[in-house]
Amino acid sequence: MELITGRPIAPGVAAGPIHILRQDAPQSDSGPSPTTPQKELDRFHLACRQAAEELAGMESAAQTQAGQTGTDLLHIHAMLLEDPDFLETSEELIRNGATAQEGVMEAGQRFADAFSAMDDPYLQARAADITGLAQHVSDRITGRRDAPLPAVPVLLAADSLSPAQLLGWGRERLLGLVLTHCAPSSHTAILARAMELPTVQVSALEEHWQGRQAVLDGSAGQLRLDPDAALLSQARHSEDNAQELRQPSQCPAVTLDGRNVALLANIGHPEEAGRALARGAEGIGLFRSEFLFLDRDCCPTEEEQFLLYRQVVQAMEGCRVVIRTLDAGADKPLPYLDLPREENPALGCRGIRLSLAQPGLFRPQLRAILRAAAFGPVSLMFPMVSALDEVIRGKTLLDECRRELAAEGVPMGPVELGIMIETPAAALIAGELAREVSFFSIGTNDLTQYALAADRQEAAAYDPHHPAVLALIGMAAEAAHRHGCRVALCGELGADLEMTEQLLRLGVDELSASPSALPGLRRHIRELDLR
Amino acid sequence: MKKFSYTITNAVGIHARPAALLVETVRKLSSSVTIRKGDQTAAANRMMALMLLGVAQGDQITVTLEGPEEERDAVLLEDFFRANL
Repeated sequence: MELITGRPIAPGVAAGPIHILRQDAPQSDSGPSPTTPQKELDRFHLACRQAAEELAGMESAAQTQAGQTGTDLLHIHAMLLEDPDFLETSEELIRNGATAQEGVMEAGQRFADAFSAMDDPYLQARAADITGLAQHVSDRITGRRDAPLPAVPVLLAADSLSPAQLLGWGRERLLGLVLTHCAPSSHTAILARAMELPTVQVSALEEHWQGRQAVLDGSAGQLRLDPDAALLSQARHSEDNAQELRQPSQCPAVTLDGRNVALLANIGHPEEAGRALARGAEGIGLFRSEFLFLDRDCCPTEEEQFLLYRQVVQAMEGCRVVIRTLDAGADKPLPYLDLPREENPALGCRGIRLSLAQPGLFRPQLRAILRAAAFGPVSLMFPMVSALDEVIRGKTLLDECRRELAAEGVPMGPVELGIMIETPAAALIAGELAREVSFFSIGTNDLTQYALAADRQEAAAYDPHHPAVLALIGMAAEAAHRHGCRVALCGELGADLEMTEQLLRLGVDELSASPSALPGLRRHIRELDLR
Repeated sequence: MKKFSYTITNAVGIHARPAALLVETVRKLSSSVTIRKGDQTAAANRMMALMLLGVAQGDQITVTLEGPEEERDAVLLEDFFRANL
């Protein structure tokens, strides 16, 4: 086995034969000579039209292969192709004696250089899009085409690929990608991730890879040639799982004895919404809002938050989205808040406590959530609740924000209110809390830590299956149902197939887990009989 | 001539997707629109030029409109910015 180490670009594992991309020899090099600037201009314009038509023709492929991401990227490329600066620069070069091909490639290079010179890495990555675009037009001029791929799906090796090429071949012909040029924020990389095509960037391609079997690990950034039987079977297995997962699950998560369980997804970023739906999520049971607040030097504005919440709500196409308000504290630094150092951040001012202590932070978040609710069903939950007072104060603030927005005439929607049950206190006074809210969501990770007085990293004492944890879950569920509240569970225990039956017996109505866990959970629930 | 200032709130600034949307929006208006950041200007219907302005979150830009319906167009454009950038 030969191991080639590269840079991970798109996650996943794929096994198959490597195929190095070739081009068919161009039919015509530069057209009939002698040529004139006008003739070259005509060839240039014709090629641009052809390229634009090709992109337009890929719309449905883009949607099928990569959803909204694919459609957006295609749209961007189509617009770049029409950009007056790009066209004018090419035309001027051609009028001054360049051939159509020379003109478009030179124009492409100039703009690519301009983007490469920007400070912003995102904009730097656009350079590859511009050269790709110029290449696309150039290929229409020269008639250069990619040689057809083999009949079997392959791990495609190339210097670079354009989004158009990826969409043209699709997941039907491609198992994975090995590229020498593929910046992580390039559109090709974004598309590969949206298409779930494992991708690795390597420093160079070797001719002797052609036709050899290999296992590509896009998460580890590794390519293994001539894998042994064990590795191959492991790779095939994870590939089969991934393949199966791509079929959206239609079967309801109902036990053999007819008990319906709602299955939702935990996500940390709006871009995961598509994958959640693809895995059969019936909604988002936990949308962690922290990514909006961390790793930045200023507080996110209400507008910024609203746009991102709305993005998830719209992506979920009418399915419920449960947004957890900020769950941060002294252990997850928010430099713009100037929080005092705490001896014990896990037991300090965090979650709802922090939010209530910082209304300047909390109000914009609540307002943004209320506004996003105008676009689809939204629920909200407070993390780290340990006292009734916290819930009441949170509700009061929420009502104030509602009144403000109404007075301002800003559109908003109804928001269902719930709380996380992740402290022993919350589980023990669940009855009082249940009167104030519509649902609970049990955060088993923190609940286990606090109940067992053991850090998650302390493997020995931290036991999520501990009877104390289950007793607390049972207590919370019983109190919730007594007061007409729904019981959801969003901690890691929800994905633990060994525990599903017990959780359902304890009264859990809804499980929210990482998208990849959902299909397995669905299958497992359908095999349970709780009689 | 109509002008308004706007401070970008979008985390990634005027990157490809909002630039594409902006160009599309501006196309439908009868006004000609320019965006200025600092001492750099770009016509708002030129996507590459817009992106090359390098407008990031927190940057203040000045939007200038010129045309028979510039008042109406300014309102439409300002709404667009609030909703997308």
